[in-house]
Amino acid sequence: MSRREEPLGRVSRLLAPSVFGLLFLVAWEVLARVNQIPVYILPGPLLIAETLWTDGPSLLGSLWVTLQIAFAALIAAVILGLGLAIAMSRSRWIEASLLPYAVILQVTPVVAIAPLIIIWADDVFLSLLICAWIVAFFPIVSNTTLGLNSTDRGLDDLFRLYKATPGQTLRYLQLPTALPYFMAGLRISGGLALIGAVVAEFVAGTGGSETGLAFRILEAGYRLQIPRMFAALVLLSLAGIAIYAVLDRLSHLILRRWHESALPKDR
Amino acid sequence: MTAPLLTLSSVSKTFASGVSALSGIDLRVNAGEFVAILGASGCGKSTLLRLIADLSEPTSGTVQWSGAAHGATGRLGFVFQDATLMPWASAADNVYLPLRLAGLGRAEAAPRIAEALAAVELGDFAEAFPRELSGGMRMRVSIARALVTQPDVLLLDEPFAALDEPTRFKLNEDLLRLWRTRNLTVIFVTHSVFESVFLSQRVIVMSRRPGRVHADLPIDLPYPRDATLRMSAGFGAACHRVSEVLTRATGAEAA
Repeated sequence: MSRREEPLGRVSRLLAPSVFGLLFLVAWEVLARVNQIPVYILPGPLLIAETLWTDGPSLLGSLWVTLQIAFAALIAAVILGLGLAIAMSRSRWIEASLLPYAVILQVTPVVAIAPLIIIWADDVFLSLLICAWIVAFFPIVSNTTLGLNSTDRGLDDLFRLYKATPGQTLRYLQLPTALPYFMAGLRISGGLALIGAVVAEFVAGTGGSETGLAFRILEAGYRLQIPRMFAALVLLSLAGIAIYAVLDRLSHLILRRWHESALPKDR
Repeated sequence: MTAPLLTLSSVSKTFASGVSALSGIDLRVNAGEFVAILGASGCGKSTLLRLIADLSEPTSGTVQWSGAAHGATGRLGFVFQDATLMPWASAADNVYLPLRLAGLGRAEAAPRIAEALAAVELGDFAEAFPRELSGGMRMRVSIARALVTQPDVLLLDEPFAALDEPTRFKLNEDLLRLWRTRNLTVIFVTHSVFESVFLSQRVIVMSRRPGRVHADLPIDLPYPRDATLRMSAGFGAACHRVSEVLTRATGAEAA
């Protein structure tokens, strides 16, 4: 017997969070109005929506800057992460030599290293890219490495029996085995790349035309334009949700024919 | 009398952990024979099969094939305990694998893949993925994959142990048909007395810890063997005889 009731249907799964969210927003609006909370402390959702409408176009430009950094960092993380994972699966020496440094890179808070990187890299875009990459890199490396080493032992034997070359084993056995692991890493890294980009922008605090969304949030904070701050936050989390949704869908499409994670639950 | 196809001379295997899996195995298999290796779990019969397939090296002793053509694995097919299919590949792609690893192009391999799938009665399931197939069908794909290189020798490691009885009986009969029509030499590892007697010309009974050849019993039942044989008195008597030997082989030191 399951302790929980029947799994929710498709409609209920969409309806439940929508209703909850709506109730939350109504309560927020009512509390803000009844208690007459000043706008510079907590604006109501209606005001935030209005600000999103009026300031949206200018904020969207900044969002695009931040997204460019996040995407470039994610692509770099995929290329270098896959490369490193494959290199480590081919040679115990490479794994032993490099893995500790990948871990160090992962556990050192990016906020702490960001100022250094900003000093070292000439170009602002490049320094932000490096910061976001550091954050997005590790989940891909560690998941893909795990996947490359998780080949079925029977299939290992089969490949040995037919005298597969290391290249063939990588291509026809290790990479397909690692694909679900890689996709799991990619979904985590997609969100982290955005977070990394935002954190780096906070530290860099760039001005001028090429300004990302994080700096808009800081700027609005300094000027006590709290509704604008919230509007930027809303955009940022929508972007994060979109990235996750796209990668999740991609993962499902790639794995749907064979992997357990993508199969319907009822049988 | 010609030289045996396969000769194992005082083969022993001790694992790195110090466990002695096999000790002093002498075994000869002639071309075209159907030999069953029967033993309780842990008697090293799978290890023995891996040594024969050159997937593992004996600690001492030799595994020799007659004729230079064999180079150990040249014409060998191996069917693993689980179907051991690639879940991300269709049945046809799974069967294609040995040819692909040998450098054969897809177009060139296509007729051979189709032939191998047809031989196991899966012609209509070429594009199905392993998860869409039943356990018995997955095992058929596995057999087709082993046959696609047109091997002379087929090694099977408890291939049908996880299947239900009707499916197992059907696959047993199909395997005998493939053995006869393709002039295969078959070495079949099993823990089932009935299966070993039904299939083989010789049953090698193994004792365990360490694994040794306890007895080499000829099965003088006529081929072709089918469902009626399972009901015959001769079959029952042979099973009884093999079963007694197996009990002695495993009981000797287990009790």
